[in-house]
Amino acid sequence: MALDVLESESIEILREAVAAAGRPVLLYSIGKDSSVLLHLARKAFHPAPLPFPLLHVDTTWKFRAMYAHRERMVRESGARLIVHTNEAGVAAGVNPFTHGSSYYTDVMKTEALRQALDAHGFDIIFGGARRDEEASRAKERVCSFRSAGHRWDPKAQRPELWSVYNLRIHPGETIRVFPLSNWTELDIWTYIERESIPIVPLYFAEERPVVERGGTLLMVDDERFPLEPGEEVQRRVVRFRTLGCYPLSGAIESRATTVGAIVAETAAAAASERQGRLIDTDQPSSMEKKKREGYF
Amino acid sequence: MDDGKSTLIGRLLYESRAVFEDQLRALEADSRRFGTQGPRLDFALLVDGLQAEREQGITIDVAYRFFATPARRFIVADTPGHEQYTRNMATGASTADLAVILVDARKGVLPQTRRHTRIVAMMGIRHVLLAVNKMDLVGYGQPVFDDIVDAYAPFAAVCGISTVRPIPISALEGDNLTEPSPRTPWYDGPPVMTYLETVEVAGPPSSGPFRMPVQLVSRPGPDFRGFAGRVCAGAIHPGDRVRVLPSGVETTVRAIVAWGGDRPRAEAGESVTLALADEVDVSRGDVIAAATAPPEVADQFEARVLWMGTHPLIPGRSYLLKTHSKDVRASVTAIKYRVDVTSDAHLAARTLQLNELGVVNVSTAQPLAFEPYAVNRTLGGFILIDALTFETVGAGLIDFALRRATNIHWQATEVTREGRAALKQQQPCCVWFTGLSGSGKSSIASALERRLLAEGRHTYLLDGDNVRHGLNRDLGFTEADRAENIRRVAEVARLMVDAGLIVLVSFISPFRSERRQARRLFEDGEFVEVFVDTPLEECERRDPKGLYAKARAGALPNFTGIDSPYEPPESPEIHVTTAGRPVDECVELVRTRLP
Repeated sequence: MALDVLESESIEILREAVAAAGRPVLLYSIGKDSSVLLHLARKAFHPAPLPFPLLHVDTTWKFRAMYAHRERMVRESGARLIVHTNEAGVAAGVNPFTHGSSYYTDVMKTEALRQALDAHGFDIIFGGARRDEEASRAKERVCSFRSAGHRWDPKAQRPELWSVYNLRIHPGETIRVFPLSNWTELDIWTYIERESIPIVPLYFAEERPVVERGGTLLMVDDERFPLEPGEEVQRRVVRFRTLGCYPLSGAIESRATTVGAIVAETAAAAASERQGRLIDTDQPSSMEKKKREGYF
Repeated sequence: MDDGKSTLIGRLLYESRAVFEDQLRALEADSRRFGTQGPRLDFALLVDGLQAEREQGITIDVAYRFFATPARRFIVADTPGHEQYTRNMATGASTADLAVILVDARKGVLPQTRRHTRIVAMMGIRHVLLAVNKMDLVGYGQPVFDDIVDAYAPFAAVCGISTVRPIPISALEGDNLTEPSPRTPWYDGPPVMTYLETVEVAGPPSSGPFRMPVQLVSRPGPDFRGFAGRVCAGAIHPGDRVRVLPSGVETTVRAIVAWGGDRPRAEAGESVTLALADEVDVSRGDVIAAATAPPEVADQFEARVLWMGTHPLIPGRSYLLKTHSKDVRASVTAIKYRVDVTSDAHLAARTLQLNELGVVNVSTAQPLAFEPYAVNRTLGGFILIDALTFETVGAGLIDFALRRATNIHWQATEVTREGRAALKQQQPCCVWFTGLSGSGKSSIASALERRLLAEGRHTYLLDGDNVRHGLNRDLGFTEADRAENIRRVAEVARLMVDAGLIVLVSFISPFRSERRQARRLFEDGEFVEVFVDTPLEECERRDPKGLYAKARAGALPNFTGIDSPYEPPESPEIHVTTAGRPVDECVELVRTRLP
């Protein structure tokens, strides 16, 4: 029952925002939340095709399995995919190993996203963020207003009553729309199970090559991973609760090989899913700071 | 405020195991850095997310928190209690089923307790958990608790709250949160969590007649037309008769289209797509309703409006009104009274300021299908949006339609404006002069009228000072009165243009919003805005009526340019800078640009 309510609410938000949009786009990051969001969008506009393209901001450091899954989902959904990479960042050799997660994220994610949005003139941008993820997101609106230059000012947010959304903007301004605002991690997994939504296999436990660094298990996904002195690659049975750039995504030891097992594991979890995200904790109030600068 | 709200919420999250180990570690670190509880964990820090809030130790915005027990799934809307955040509280209450109102056991029922109760009742919440907090600081004494309950319960009933469940707690010590506390043996009711898990809450009404506002018209190809929306009352089946509002056309539901196959039924709360049997005209914002019991349609309402803008509500000013999925232009035609939310007193008001509540008449540019807010939140709630900045400035609850809306009809007339204009052999228009007092508006307008008359044109000059002696003699110089002043003059000018005249309007008209509204009364090309641009220093030097001297001396409050703003036009049809330019030349500038 609760999932039906969440589903209907998300569909209502997607439709409302599309009705107001000039150039809508869905920010597709290939992870589980994006997968649910894409599924809901297909349901919302059925039998019509998706009324917006998918945008993937590619840092070039995603897991290989994520690229494969992206191609599969584009094929199956018939969606139009736009891939954008900050070429200046690539040319400058910006990478998560030598530049640190904060600078890397700023250049390859935040800056890249701004470039892509400006280049295409998107005004309504759907994202899969949830309020339960992090403290500053708990106050995020479903429809989050960004002034020209993609700046998020927590004090300039519009009051949001009932499900009446104010989506009026001037040229240059944009609105980030989060249809999954009221979903929790457990809801996401339960829904994936109920709807049989395809997800990246990295979410399931499997023996994988990993390195333990600073208490975090990092997967050695390709030959670009530089080993530090004394480190060696071990094979362990692990899976991922969240997926991003592979050098910044921590794995957990788990035996969950089905969605059902993941649901059970999530329900009993003692640590929050963002624990594996190295970028949340690199500075005090770091997520709030990143959002002000335009990070999703 | 300071009554332990964030501590209670943090504690509920902690007790329901919604706080993970890594968040707990972060909490320990944050408690050392920002905490107000000494060496102990400061649970409030779990919910005060924004940097500014941590620094000030208060909640500013509405925060949404999630926890679940085996029995139920909860979303907590954490809203601030200070009076300057009334709008945030109303926002949080707009989607809530139940309110938890905290009272400090040492302080009892305060004016703010009454304010909070009135707001949640107004927003449609019917159940209140009265958490009498800080019982540890009054020795867990029953008389303190009983006195507070006795003071609160009758008041809540008057506000329209149907059930009040008082519980003595200590958020800090954890008494009566998840388990009955041994320190309050005299209390035999449920602890907070048990009550939250079992209280009956009503979702959207799935009994009652069917209603669905149309969000989108789906037309993927020539063979299919569907109407997407979320059912907000009742249920629907294929074959049911429905009426489309406001048009009133009736048809039958052919199918309920869904991913994975058509469905036999849909009910309140569900997002669906309906296909209809006939090719009827349906647009976004229309309401599809049970044919036997459709909602009312009107374009004038009495509503309660909570003002959320930093700039006050001005009657007569045009706003954008958004209901669930319909956007229309609207204005508040009258503020009947303002309600003091703390005392419930009715007060006279010309405007509404931030966080003020008023009972008003609203007029919309197009008719709306609606229901009173008390019957249906979706069809009775709306927001007001500033037409220039697009900020959300008000929240409104429709109470009923005004009778006059349905009984006054437009009378069609037979002589057309074209006919009247042709007889005068001229193209009627409205030339609107705006500028500071003493800028030269009246001199130029007056000279222009003489010239047009000499050319054989039929004209009329509406001058600000003159109109204020008659039609607008009841108006002063506050922002609200200035807006009404311009509204009336614009309407008069429109009637005169309709009559075939070339109308010259010479008014300071300092606000963009009203000039824009005046412009909208006219056809394209009929409204010519002339910005008479003279620097303030020059106007003050000229001071033909001695008004600047008076204003500077403090004898003329709200004087434009001195203590009331002038908003210059952004793109006037004609921009006349008067400095060093004789009146004749200014007139020539305007004349050559007229039709």
